[in-house]
Amino acid sequence: MTQSIVVQVGQCGNQVGCRFWDLALREHAHVNKKGVYDEALGSFFRNVDSRSSGAGSCDTMGGRIQRLKARAVLVDMEEGVVNQIVQGPLRDLFDTTQLLTDVSGSGNNWAVGHMTYGSAYREQIVEKVRRAAEHCDCLQCFFLIHSMGGGTGSGLGTRVLGLLEEEFPEVCRIVTSVYPSEEDDVITSPYNSVLAMRELTEHADCVLPVENQSLVEILTRVRLMSRAPGPGVKTDSTLISSQGGGPEKPFDSMNNIIANLLLNITSSARFEGSLNMDLNEISMNLVPFPRLHYLVPSLSPLHSLADCSITPKRPDQMFSDAFSKDHQLIRADPKNSLYLACALMGRGDLLLSDLRRNIHRLRSSLSFVSWNPEGWKTSLCSVAPVGHAHSLLALANNTCVKGTFTALRDRYTRLYRKKAHLHHYLQEEGMELSLFSQAAESLSSLIEEYDQLDRSSSSSSSSSSSSPDAPRLQIAT
Amino acid sequence: MSIVTVQLGQCGNQVGQELFDVICKDAHDGQKKGYNDASTERFFHETTTGDLSSRAVLIDMEPKVINHSMSKAAKSGRWRYGEKSHFSQKQGSGNNWANGFCVHGPRHREAMEDLVRREVERCDRLAGVMTMMSVAGGTGSGVGTYVTQCLREVYPNSFILNHLTWPYDSGEVIVQNYNSVLTLSHLYGLSDAILVHENDTVHRICAQLLNIKHISFGDVNRVIAHQLASVLQPALTTDSYGVYSRNPLGELVSSLACHPEYKLLSVCSIPQVASSSMAYSVFSWPGLLKHLRQMLISNTKMEEGIDWQVRAPPAHCGGAESARSFRTTVFNTSLANLLILRGKDVFSAEADGFQEAALYTSWLPSREAFSMWKSPVSFNQYEKSATLVSNSQTLLKPLDNMVRKAWNMFASRAYIHQYTKFGIAEEDFLDSFTSLEQVLSSYIQLG
Repeated sequence: MTQSIVVQVGQCGNQVGCRFWDLALREHAHVNKKGVYDEALGSFFRNVDSRSSGAGSCDTMGGRIQRLKARAVLVDMEEGVVNQIVQGPLRDLFDTTQLLTDVSGSGNNWAVGHMTYGSAYREQIVEKVRRAAEHCDCLQCFFLIHSMGGGTGSGLGTRVLGLLEEEFPEVCRIVTSVYPSEEDDVITSPYNSVLAMRELTEHADCVLPVENQSLVEILTRVRLMSRAPGPGVKTDSTLISSQGGGPEKPFDSMNNIIANLLLNITSSARFEGSLNMDLNEISMNLVPFPRLHYLVPSLSPLHSLADCSITPKRPDQMFSDAFSKDHQLIRADPKNSLYLACALMGRGDLLLSDLRRNIHRLRSSLSFVSWNPEGWKTSLCSVAPVGHAHSLLALANNTCVKGTFTALRDRYTRLYRKKAHLHHYLQEEGMELSLFSQAAESLSSLIEEYDQLDRSSSSSSSSSSSSPDAPRLQIAT
Repeated sequence: MSIVTVQLGQCGNQVGQELFDVICKDAHDGQKKGYNDASTERFFHETTTGDLSSRAVLIDMEPKVINHSMSKAAKSGRWRYGEKSHFSQKQGSGNNWANGFCVHGPRHREAMEDLVRREVERCDRLAGVMTMMSVAGGTGSGVGTYVTQCLREVYPNSFILNHLTWPYDSGEVIVQNYNSVLTLSHLYGLSDAILVHENDTVHRICAQLLNIKHISFGDVNRVIAHQLASVLQPALTTDSYGVYSRNPLGELVSSLACHPEYKLLSVCSIPQVASSSMAYSVFSWPGLLKHLRQMLISNTKMEEGIDWQVRAPPAHCGGAESARSFRTTVFNTSLANLLILRGKDVFSAEADGFQEAALYTSWLPSREAFSMWKSPVSFNQYEKSATLVSNSQTLLKPLDNMVRKAWNMFASRAYIHQYTKFGIAEEDFLDSFTSLEQVLSSYIQLG
C-alpha cells in the first residue's frame, strides 16, 4: 500500500492537522483492536521501536504497534500552536525533527511568509520533508493544510507547495485551504488570499476549498438540533467531540469538520473496500483542465452526527443532502450551477446498488457539462466512520466555486484601489508590485474560465435539451 | 496444445481467476478422460507434487487484487497459480491509460516478459497467448496494451487473442471512453482477434436470467468466465477426426477473423438459468438453436426479449444503402460465425439455420463464414449448451457510443493534459479516433 505525508503550515493548518491526527488515531483504534501495525495504519503512521529513542524503525507490517509517529511535517512561524501540540496528548506522535518553528510570526503578511521565511527556511523545510519521504516505500500524496487569510499559512504554505512540486514532481499534491470569512478580522486577508490563490492555481493538483463562514453556519445548525429535546449529543461522534485533544479550543469544532473531510478522502487509501479509489484517481477523474482543480467538498450526514435522537438517515437522504447547499463546506449551491465532474465516496454499509440508484435518481436535477454527461466517479470503503453506519463525501468540480472567488476579488479590489497596506508587502525582499497584478490577473482569468463554461452550457441548453454531438471524423469509403 | 494466459489489472485478474475455476471444475467433475487431458494440457501444468498449476501470468500495478485471486485459487483445492508467476507494484495506474502504457509498461517490461517466457517454455506445444483485461481503467488497458505490443514483438508467429471487458455505459471511471478508444485502436493493429464482453449485457443476464438480486462484480465475472470457458474448452472440429487436442486459438482466429479490418468478436450462450431452476428445465437441440439463431439476427444478447419479427433479408441489397441507416436497421449482418455445441446427443443437432447466405456479407460464401465445433461432453452442469462466437455488427452500437462520447470530450480537449503529461499527444488521440472510425465504417458496410 502507498503512504502519504501531511504538511501542516501556520496556526490554522496545525490546528486542523492536530484534529486530523487525533481522529485518525481513534478511527484506527476502533478498527484495529489487536494492536498490530498493518498496511492501513502504515499509510499515515510509522511504527518506531520504543526502546531506541525514535531512531530505530520497525515499519515491518504485521508486528506489534510500538510507538506510532505521524507522517507529518509541522511548520509555523510562531511557537504557540506547535508547542501546545507537542505538550498535549498527541505529543508522542511527533519527533522534534518533524517540527519547524520561528518566534516572530508573519504578521498577517503573505510576503513575509512566502518571501522572507520561504527563503530563510527553504533548505530546512525540504530536508524535513525529504526525511519523511525516506520513511515511505511508496510515497503517493502530500496533503497540505493551511489557511488563506493570514501570513504564515498563506505565504509560507504556498511556498512549501512550490517546493514540493520542485522536489517531488511525481507525488500528487492535495491542498486543503481554509478561506477567510467576509468579515475577517485580518484586514490584509484579501491580499494574502489572492496572492496565495495564484500559487494554488499553478502548483496544486487538487484544492479542497473550505470557508470559515460555511463551517460556522453548519455548526450553528448542528447546535440548534442538539439543543432540541432528546438524549443530546452523541459522545463518540467524531464531528464535534474533542476528547483526547485536551480541553476544547475555540476553533476545535470547526477544525473537526475539516479533519473529517480529510479522514473521508483518505479512507479509501487507508482501508479496504469493494470499489477502491486511489488518491491519484481523484485528480485524473475530476480535473478536466489543469487550472480548474478546485473541488467543492460536502459531507453527510452532518446533523445526525450530532444528535442521536434523530434516527439515522436512510442512505437516500444522505445522497440528497450531499447535493444540498447546507452541506457544502463553502457557501455555494452546486445544484444551480454546472458540474464538470463529481466524485461520490461512500463509507460503511453502502452497496454498489445504493450508488447506482441514487445517481440515477439525482442526475436529472443536476446539470453536467455537455461533454461529460456521465461525469461520476464512485468509490466504496467498507470501514465506516466511528459511531456511524455509513457516510458520504461528495467532491464536486462545479462552477459554483467561482462565487467564493469573485467575492474575494471584490474585497481585494476595494483594498488595492486605495493602495492600503501595500508598503508592508513591498518592503519584503523579493516582493514586487507586479506580483499583485499578476495574482489578480490569474484569479480573474480563473473566474473567466468558469464563466465561459457556464455561458456555453446555458447557450446549448437554450437551443435544445440535449446538446448535439461534435461532428465526427469522416472516413472516405 | 497449451494457452498461456496473461491477466492484467483488477478486472483481468478477477475474471481470469473465475475462468480457471470454471475450467477446472468442468474438466474434472467425472468427465471423459480425453476431454480432461486436453483441457488440462491447454490450461494447466502439473507440478512436481502433482498439483495443477495454471498456465497464467498475473500482472497488476497494485498488490491487493492479485493477492486475493491467488489465495482464492489456492483455497479451491483443485488448482492454484504458480508461486512466482505474478508481478505487482505498489501504486496503481490511476485510471490513466498513458500512465500504464508509457510509464509502467516500459519500466517493468523485462520482468513481465520473463514471466510470460517462463510459462511459454513450460508448454510442449504453444497454441498462443490470451490476455485478459478491461478497457476502462489504467493498468488493464494501458499496461495490457503495452504487454500485447511486446508479446507481438517477441512471438511474431504466435496467435494472440485479447479478451476485453467493456465498462458499464454509465461508468465508474470518468475517462473510461478515452482509455477504451486508446486501447482498442492500438490492439487492432496487434491482436489476431479481440473477444469482447460488455458489463451492461452481462449485468442484464445476471438480473433477468439468473435472478440475482444484489449483483456483485463476482456474479458478473462468473458469467463472463462461463461463456469464455464454453468457447475455450476442448471440442471436435469437422476435420479433427475425434481428436480433441487442436489449437483452440488458431482455429478460433481462422474461423472468425479472416479479414484484418474485422477483429471484434462477441459471445452469447444458451441456456443460462439460475441453478435453482436447472432441475426443472429441459432443452432440445432444435429449440436451443432456433433461439440462438434469432438472437444472432435480431442482435439480442440474451435469451429474453428476443425480437421474433426480424427476418433475414431476401437478397443482398447494396451495402451503401443499409449503411446509411444502420442505426435503425435491426437485422444484424455477420461476417463469420462459430457455433459450439456441447452435451448429450450433440451429433444429432442440425445447424442449417446458421448456414443461410442471407445471414452473411455478400463477399464471403457462407460455407467459409460458418464453422461448428461439437463435443459430446456436457459443459458446466448443463446437459446441452450452445455458444455462438460471432464476428458481426453486434458490437457496432456500443463501439459507436464509446467513440462518440470520447470524441465529444476530446472536442473540448477535456482531460487531455492528464495524458500529455505521460507522453501521449493530441495527435495520438486523433490517430486512434481515425482508426476506430475506420473500423466502424467497415462494420457498417457489412450489412
